Amino acid sequence: MATEGRLRVKTLVMVCAMVVCANAGDLMLKRAMLQIGAVELSAPGLWHAFRMTVTSGTLWIGIFFLCGFMLSYMTVLSWADYSYVMPAGAFGYALLTFFAVVFLHEAVSPRRWVGVVLICVGVLLVGQTKPRTTPVAREALA
Amino acid sequence: MMHVAVFLCLLIFGSTGGEIAITRGMKATGEPERLRPRELLRFLGKALCNGWFWAGVPLMALSFYALLVLLSWEPISFVIPASALSYVVGTFGAKYILGEEVSAARWIGVVLVCAGVALVALG
Repeated sequence: MATEGRLRVKTLVMVCAMVVCANAGDLMLKRAMLQIGAVELSAPGLWHAFRMTVTSGTLWIGIFFLCGFMLSYMTVLSWADYSYVMPAGAFGYALLTFFAVVFLHEAVSPRRWVGVVLICVGVLLVGQTKPRTTPVAREALA
Repeated sequence: MMHVAVFLCLLIFGSTGGEIAITRGMKATGEPERLRPRELLRFLGKALCNGWFWAGVPLMALSFYALLVLLSWEPISFVIPASALSYVVGTFGAKYILGEEVSAARWIGVVLVCAGVALVALG
């Protein structure tokens, strides 16, 4: 029982790390592309965009967060079910809507709130199930 | 309309196929003993030597390019809700390819998440 509880807690922590890193990475990429401006679809335009992106600190911060997302995603999949992690990760959509209201004071339509409620209920239901239903190897012994 | 359906299939099956291949690679790699930087780096190195991981990467790249192409043809309010179907396809993949036990509660949760993502994306 204690092992099951420990598994649930560490899965929850890694899913939270995934969601935070993915959202932070996406926000940083968006901010970087806003600073760079619209990309012109011509050879000089693409070259200019390439130079601007590789020298953008904001973009590199975004890439750093996305690497964090990939590492936490790979780590949690080494012990938890894909059918558990995938829907649980959708909690990020709900979190982004809350952030948009609280920090950016954006207006959110009733339809979007219904979507947020459905996601939260769905994630809660998936969260009640066992995080792992298949055998897993321990890395040290593999 | 046919080309949109083809690219939507590439998006959904590419992303779920890629994630299922990566999951198989991670399961074969095994759980890290501790969640410490040194052991996580060793775990990452071992995962990068797994063939399933590298089978998943091009599939995910394919789905990413299908997403970009779809976004250039159709409004985002169509593309993202339609791509939420990947939650259902992914759950079928988890059950029949990875052999996971998908209980009724998990199925209901997945369908609710799928509908919720579609509604959030429609705005």
